[in-house]
Amino acid sequence: MMEGTAVPIMKLALLSDIHANLRALDACVAHASRSGATRFALLGDLVGYGPQPALVVRRIREMAGAGAIVLKGNHDEMAVSPPATAQALGEIGAAWTNAQLTPADLAYLDGLPLTNTQGAVHLVHASADSPHRWHYVTNEQQAAASMDAACEDPAVRYVFGGHVHEQTLYFMTATHKLMRFVPTPGVPIPLPGSRRWLATVGSVGQPRDGNPQAMYAMFDLARAELTFHRVPYDHFAVATDLRATGLPEFFAKRMEEGR
Amino acid sequence: MKMLEPGTTIDGFTVGECLHAGGMAHIYRVRYSDETMREPFPMAMKVPRMTGGDGAENIVGFEVERQILPALTGSHVPRFVAAGDLNQLPYIVMEYIQGQTLQHRLDESSEPIAPVEIARLGAAIAQSVHSLHLQNTCHLDLKPANVLMRPDGSAVLLDFGLSCHAHYPDLLAEEMRLAVGSPVWIAPEQVVGVRGDPRSDIFAIGVMLYELGTRELPFGNPQTKGGMRQRLWMDAPPPRKWRPDLPEWLQEVILRCLESEAAKRYPSAAHLAFDLSHPDQIQVTGRGKRTQSTGFWRHFKRWLRAAGMHYEPSPLPSRQIDEVPIVMVAVPHYEVSDATLYSLRQAVSRSLGTRPGAQLACVTVIDSGSTSSSDSANSETAVHRRYLGMLRQWAQPLDLSGRAVSFHVLESGDVAQALLRYAAGNQVSVIVMGAATHGLQMQRLLATVPIKVAMDAPCTVILVKQALPFEQLATSRAA
Repeated sequence: MMEGTAVPIMKLALLSDIHANLRALDACVAHASRSGATRFALLGDLVGYGPQPALVVRRIREMAGAGAIVLKGNHDEMAVSPPATAQALGEIGAAWTNAQLTPADLAYLDGLPLTNTQGAVHLVHASADSPHRWHYVTNEQQAAASMDAACEDPAVRYVFGGHVHEQTLYFMTATHKLMRFVPTPGVPIPLPGSRRWLATVGSVGQPRDGNPQAMYAMFDLARAELTFHRVPYDHFAVATDLRATGLPEFFAKRMEEGR
Repeated sequence: MKMLEPGTTIDGFTVGECLHAGGMAHIYRVRYSDETMREPFPMAMKVPRMTGGDGAENIVGFEVERQILPALTGSHVPRFVAAGDLNQLPYIVMEYIQGQTLQHRLDESSEPIAPVEIARLGAAIAQSVHSLHLQNTCHLDLKPANVLMRPDGSAVLLDFGLSCHAHYPDLLAEEMRLAVGSPVWIAPEQVVGVRGDPRSDIFAIGVMLYELGTRELPFGNPQTKGGMRQRLWMDAPPPRKWRPDLPEWLQEVILRCLESEAAKRYPSAAHLAFDLSHPDQIQVTGRGKRTQSTGFWRHFKRWLRAAGMHYEPSPLPSRQIDEVPIVMVAVPHYEVSDATLYSLRQAVSRSLGTRPGAQLACVTVIDSGSTSSSDSANSETAVHRRYLGMLRQWAQPLDLSGRAVSFHVLESGDVAQALLRYAAGNQVSVIVMGAATHGLQMQRLLATVPIKVAMDAPCTVILVKQALPFEQLATSRAA
């Protein structure tokens, strides 16, 4: 922004809820790399629902080796120890996912941390308010709980998470109230560090808002700008892959419709 | 707040003279400290006052401007250069633009300003505001001190501390929930906390035009919430009450801007600029003719209604403007078939859409040699009257259901150039023209007119192919 001064440019790509969807992950990683990402953060739920858990875990382990931050999500936890009697769809999927993964993969998922703090940025899969309880952040009150917990570290200004599969931005007003804002994809939003911000970055592998395009967000630390992205990819191919797995038809149908 | 000493260096900028020491901020000339860096344009640094008694409002205002200014483009806003951190030294470096603010203009002389000059200023301001609205931003603090007139007559908008950008979280949405704005110019919906309606800016332009025309403030300078709420129901006294020589068309424009219901104002700043650029085409209603203030009983009834008045939050400003296009149709006036004229009418009806508020400008271009100063039958007025009559006749079958329509005869040797210039100058949203008209005779040469227009137009161009319903009937019968 300021000409002539050499600000180290750092762009953090925020990818969450990949859900064993390698095509969506590849599309987002390629998009982020083209947009100048210098570091990747995978905010949990690497597996569950999707057709390619083993390939996705392998790819993410490679990324971690190259410096990516990787967090654990509730589906990763469920894949490690699937419930004995599956009831919900996610639980049926968890047993299948568990069977696809090697003991080394499962140990990797089991060992993932729940949170990560990089200076002013706090990363968590669900809510920073007891991360292991996987609280959903869907409104101002829940966002405030997460932000308050994260900001016990006074350096923290930004809380980024996933879990809810939607792209939303919350910001703290001067009167300490939280406001909710629905972003327009592709528009960089300035997030001045004079305030505190919380964003849910959406889901890479399983959007549920009727638009099958993959979601992720990019945080430009030098400019303090957050951009939410939607990335088109061949989601029909993922539905085909899902049908080949023998998982319930619902999974494939949902993938086709983005619901 | 302490003033910065000339020669002080801040983040690579060297501070020069203080240009303005206001209640909200100090503004200094600055240049790059590094002499080898070339300045792309003159620069100014704005340093908000935010110590001691200067309230939280200034801080939020700085944050908002810091957020919005870098996103804005075009010649109607100062270009953003750099900003300092709020927690260290807050400042914004931006383009320094030569010119005079409207406030200076009002202060330097109390001589009445000629109506044509008011219209010229108003049109320039409305154009600058329209360019802002197209970028999904509402200024929401328009006042003479925030409008700078360049020497070339165009307007530049300053101070985005209370503005609202539809793509960014509104940092002011919650803080000072009610009445964010300057009491003199604030629109009624802003008084009740609605932010982001482009028509709020139209209201503020109306207040400025009122000031320029009468040197009076239409609603005074209320200091209380109750005083500001008055504009939810109260009409401004007609400007002609203060200045009877003010033309009716100008009062019509001003009072339309000042309607307390946003839906009764101009639907977009482009429409306002259009009227101010063509005063002869303004339909003067009772609004323009009044010389007496609204009576007690009328106001009383409106006051009762205002108690329950409810303003709808507006959608995206650019979308709101899209719904009220200014449609321009180029109507050829010679060697033109009925089929073409018919098809043009059909296309125009479709382009005007179904919503009220669209405006139609019917334009024809005549050769600059067609008028004569010596021959009375071919005098400019006579020739123009003839072509205006032709345009009216063409438009007659159109169902305009109350939409504004105007007629324009342009004189030029270059048809495409004339149409393009007209479209750009009037913020036209859609140009409708024949695909193969404007000179069937010289097809090879002149068929390029639509192509030229389509290539260089600042907006959408609809090229209409001629098709008469009865011609199609004939072919289908033959088949």
